[in-house]
Amino acid sequence: MRIELVKRPQQSALYSALSPFFALALTLIAGAIMFSLLGKNPLDALYYYFIDPLREMWSLHELAVKAAPLILIAVGLSVCFLSNNWNIGAEGQFIIGAMAGSILPVMYPDFQSWIVLPLMLIMSMVGGAAYAAIPALLKTRFNTNEILTSLMLVYVAQLFLDWMVRGPWRNPAGMNFPETRNFHEYAVLPEIWPDSGRAHWGFVFALVAALLVWFMLSKTLRGFEVKVLGQSPRAGRFAGFSASKMVFFAFIVSGALAGLAGISEVSGAIGQLRPTISPGYGFAAIIVAFLGRLNPLGIVAAGLVLALSYLGGEAAQISIGVSDKVVRAFQGMLLFFVLGCDTLIHYRIRLVRTALSKAEVSHGNA
Amino acid sequence: MGMLEAILITIATAATPLLIAAVGELVVERSGVLNLGVEGMMVMGAVTGFAAALATGSPWLGFLAAIVVGALFSLLFAFLTLTLVTNQVATGLALTLLGLGLSGMLGEGFVGFPGVKLANVYIPVLTDIPLVGKLFFGQDPIFYLSILLTAGVAYFLFRTRAGLTLRSVGDNHASAHALGINVVLIRYLAVMFGGACAGLAGGYLSIVYTPQWVENMTAGRGWIALALVVFASWRPWRVLAGAYLFGAVTIGQLHAQALGIGVPSQLLSSLPYLATIVVLVLISRNRRLTMVNTPASLGRPFVPDR
Repeated sequence: MRIELVKRPQQSALYSALSPFFALALTLIAGAIMFSLLGKNPLDALYYYFIDPLREMWSLHELAVKAAPLILIAVGLSVCFLSNNWNIGAEGQFIIGAMAGSILPVMYPDFQSWIVLPLMLIMSMVGGAAYAAIPALLKTRFNTNEILTSLMLVYVAQLFLDWMVRGPWRNPAGMNFPETRNFHEYAVLPEIWPDSGRAHWGFVFALVAALLVWFMLSKTLRGFEVKVLGQSPRAGRFAGFSASKMVFFAFIVSGALAGLAGISEVSGAIGQLRPTISPGYGFAAIIVAFLGRLNPLGIVAAGLVLALSYLGGEAAQISIGVSDKVVRAFQGMLLFFVLGCDTLIHYRIRLVRTALSKAEVSHGNA
Repeated sequence: MGMLEAILITIATAATPLLIAAVGELVVERSGVLNLGVEGMMVMGAVTGFAAALATGSPWLGFLAAIVVGALFSLLFAFLTLTLVTNQVATGLALTLLGLGLSGMLGEGFVGFPGVKLANVYIPVLTDIPLVGKLFFGQDPIFYLSILLTAGVAYFLFRTRAGLTLRSVGDNHASAHALGINVVLIRYLAVMFGGACAGLAGGYLSIVYTPQWVENMTAGRGWIALALVVFASWRPWRVLAGAYLFGAVTIGQLHAQALGIGVPSQLLSSLPYLATIVVLVLISRNRRLTMVNTPASLGRPFVPDR
């Protein structure tokens, strides 16, 4: 038996809409198999992963806390991936953005005013964008592969953060723990409804960013430019679009949003800088971007799904003793299935029986 | 054993996994496929190699398991990109994310166990030669294998008909297909070879380099291997030179940390990553060099018309 692909004359709108759901279903099936192999009741496990966290108000808030950085980063990445710029260093831009945004509360704790928080947000976006501009500059100036450079910068950012919180930025009154001082009240991103849970304004930023980028991509010339240069750089050149300006645009937008995600997480959810401030949000956001079909509105939904997998991981660890390491395996499988199912959008899949084609060949020879 | 000799030997140990993984990826890219999943295949090789060596007590069975798992894991990538024609960049990333996730899960029970060690080669008389004896005749067997592998791949690619076929597939898959070459089959084999090499490189990390299992222990080496292939402009012997250069940077910064030269250890640790960026920039700014050597079909999707 052989698998043969037949190109569709047009993209299938049906499969375009269905493929993320196919991918989710396949991931759940694969997950159930995985849990059985681990000796757990698969239905129980899936329940604790994907249903239990949705049953209480505080945990819906936690969902928003986890979804906020994922959506913010993935929305920016959609601009990159659509324009064929492979920024996979969002994790690093998240970290540098968080650090740039933390300069005021960490180094000038006595500067307390309502202006601090807006300044922190702006500085985080500038920091993330500047860090993302490095691979963009190297790509446009020296033709250097942006995949490798943006990824290498993640390791550099992680080590830099580690050094700062253990060294120059360590809390002087913190008993030598590797963490900065706690942010003062003016530097904390407020919660949306403090009475019912922890969800902070980062989630609102995420929704606004998704709407803005969605508008930019679908309703403006700039959005058209993004897609043309992504699909056919040659056609883009004829249209007079500048490919190198697009590289900067895509990287700076995604870097700024990753930086904003970083400061939102640090000032909204954590309250100080620590050696590790992200459970891999920058990489999980790549999965979010693809699961959301690179459409900012789809990304909002996809971000909630991935956020649920983080929450479910914590819940399942407590309730049925499955290691939280399962989460990342889950997320990796999901991206595989998403990419595999996307084939259906462009191709019809035909199963060809090999015996038959052999018969055809011998017939042809005779 | 002199200080210099010891340093040279540790450089070889740091370079060997990079060399093996990069030579494997070089064959994959020469066939026109860009597999960004090296890190994922490597880390899977590291965890299974460690586990198999621990369970059987034999480092050799550990290496075998690492090779088999690396190759099987790469089949996932091959099926998606070659049969279902998915985007190679995205699928390679998926392989890396899945590998890091799965290995963390599988390896949880092995954290903290001491690994099974592999004895170094000992040849009477030769190994005892002062200064160069241990360097040339007293290292671990996989070190010699990595040199043989490089020579073998160089010979295969540029001196055999099969190697020529593989390169033709990488340079122009449509023409190769028109000549009756089975493009997809050759790419499957190349990807699996790359997977086997990445698996072995991972096994080397957890059996020889630091005999233990730590989550994410590849620490970006798979990505550095990918960068080495570009740095080497797709030439096996230049990969060897690049791997030893990076081995030297890695070991150099470790020694600098040990000496306590006053620079924070984290900044020294970031040197290999920064060096990768610098080297990539230096190579890629020379457009002619990269244009001539890059396999022309690299990363392009191919659907055979029948």
